[in-house]
Amino acid sequence: MRDPLPPPAPPASPSAGALLAANWPILLGLALLALVPTVASALDNPFYIRLFTRAVIFAMVAVSLNFVLGFGGLVSLMHASLFGVGAYVVAILAHHDYESTTLFGFAGADDLAISIPLAILASALVAGLSGLVSLRTSGSYFIMITLAFNQMLYYFFVALQQYGGEDGLQILGNLHFAGLQITQRVTFFYVTLGVLAVLLLLFARLVQSRFGVILRATAQNERRVVALGVPPLRYKLAAFVISGAVAGLAGALWATGQGFVSPSDLSWVRSGDYVVMAVLGGMARVWGPVFGALLFVLLEAFLPSWTDFWQLPFGLVVILIVVFLRGGLVDLLGSGTSGKGERT
Amino acid sequence: MSGSILAVSHLYKRFAGLVATNDLSLHVNPGETHALIGPNGAGKTTLIAQLQGELTPDSGAITFKGRDITGEPPWRRSQMGVARSFQITSIFPQFTALANVGLAVQARAGHGFRFFRNAWRDPALTGPAMEALETIGLAHRAHIVAEDLSHGERRQLELAMALAMRPALLLLDEPMAGMGRQDGQRMTRILADLKKDYAILIVEHDMDAVFALADRVSVLVAGAIIATGAPDAIRNDPAVKAAYLGHRS
Repeated sequence: MRDPLPPPAPPASPSAGALLAANWPILLGLALLALVPTVASALDNPFYIRLFTRAVIFAMVAVSLNFVLGFGGLVSLMHASLFGVGAYVVAILAHHDYESTTLFGFAGADDLAISIPLAILASALVAGLSGLVSLRTSGSYFIMITLAFNQMLYYFFVALQQYGGEDGLQILGNLHFAGLQITQRVTFFYVTLGVLAVLLLLFARLVQSRFGVILRATAQNERRVVALGVPPLRYKLAAFVISGAVAGLAGALWATGQGFVSPSDLSWVRSGDYVVMAVLGGMARVWGPVFGALLFVLLEAFLPSWTDFWQLPFGLVVILIVVFLRGGLVDLLGSGTSGKGERT
Repeated sequence: MSGSILAVSHLYKRFAGLVATNDLSLHVNPGETHALIGPNGAGKTTLIAQLQGELTPDSGAITFKGRDITGEPPWRRSQMGVARSFQITSIFPQFTALANVGLAVQARAGHGFRFFRNAWRDPALTGPAMEALETIGLAHRAHIVAEDLSHGERRQLELAMALAMRPALLLLDEPMAGMGRQDGQRMTRILADLKKDYAILIVEHDMDAVFALADRVSVLVAGAIIATGAPDAIRNDPAVKAAYLGHRS
């Protein structure tokens, strides 16, 4: 796997101009996304807000996946399940709150200030436990084991009849964040966009930190990392937990925005979709997968109106991008891996 | 041997019928450069791998600085001061030379659970890394991405990474492998410099380099040491000539 970054850093901080030159696509992208509600209301078509909310939330998962995939060399096929765990935590807590019942003696919650941190925690925990097992393998074994975990979690939620089983679970009642109403469509879109921006900043710092450097070095040459005196498993595990926690956060926001969760959110096909988003967007940059997620969601939304066999042209687009833009859309935007300059 | 920095006693390693290490004992004294020579397939790299911890011996003991390290994992041995350079260059191709060495500095500096500060601009890492590159004569190439370095430079980089670990013992597995005459001589000069400061166990095929550098030489044939002694004594040992040096002329 080609590691992206770092030409390294002359000791001085890079100028604002250099940062802008390296990161203009994502800054422009976020600015355009911020205009979506305005454009949607001008077109009198609120569907666009829903659509882009979906894209932004999927982008969070793709970015978190790419942290372990593009920077850690770990092809995880269980990110949909980590996402789903976060989503179900919010939905289940809301369910108990609405029914005024308890779960293991605890009351439910319709306050997202409680349920979102719990969702993050739950996904991190699941990532940690499954990572302890799966990270002892590598290559295709790792892919297969994460896929197996994904399916275990999928059938776990299918089997939970009290929470709707296969039919999923509707969130009744009114979710709020410490009293703030954030579920109104436009507000919620800006909330997710803000969360995505913060996550991008955090991951950009993370991949340049000592921790991130070890993770990327492990992906390039694990044997050498060991010979330098670094035990790689604990770093890979920490990275997997961080990635899982962010996927859980995205799932929690997904449940909040949709007002509904179902096992299909955990399907292994969805896990594969996140990998496709990361590859399409470009794994060399922290923000590459954002563009992959946008393209993916837009194609998925508009191709079906053109043909029933929309997956055919969809597949063609994916193949063309992978063949001609080996660094993903990031390459098209002219700030991919080819130029070896300052990266952030 | 008491007082030696590395002592190997009665080491055995077997791979499905092939005895790669056969009742092997040797020691390296503090400050000594000990060369290990022998024909291809004699088990030199297998021995290095067992000393570094990548392979576990079937029996026998390895003592480092008076501690039995036979059961220690390789990363802990590295932290204790055993540094290995690989026969086939093993670096981080997409990092710059400086970042490669910086990672070695970081490994020595303790755990890497620091999530926020930019490691590339941390003088605590780049300072010592630059120092190691200067020692090895690669400072002018510090900001070149490692995959763009020449073969000889990569071998030097590998050595710089080992030095940045501030090791007590250098395990060098054919540091001149694949080098041209000029690069080889340059590497010999670098090693001649290093041998003042480090205990070194070196595997090398270049006999000029071996006899120029080594304080003692051990000859490994079919997993067993057939002779150990001063370079001159080894050069004139009839058994060694028959088993090894004879093949070359």
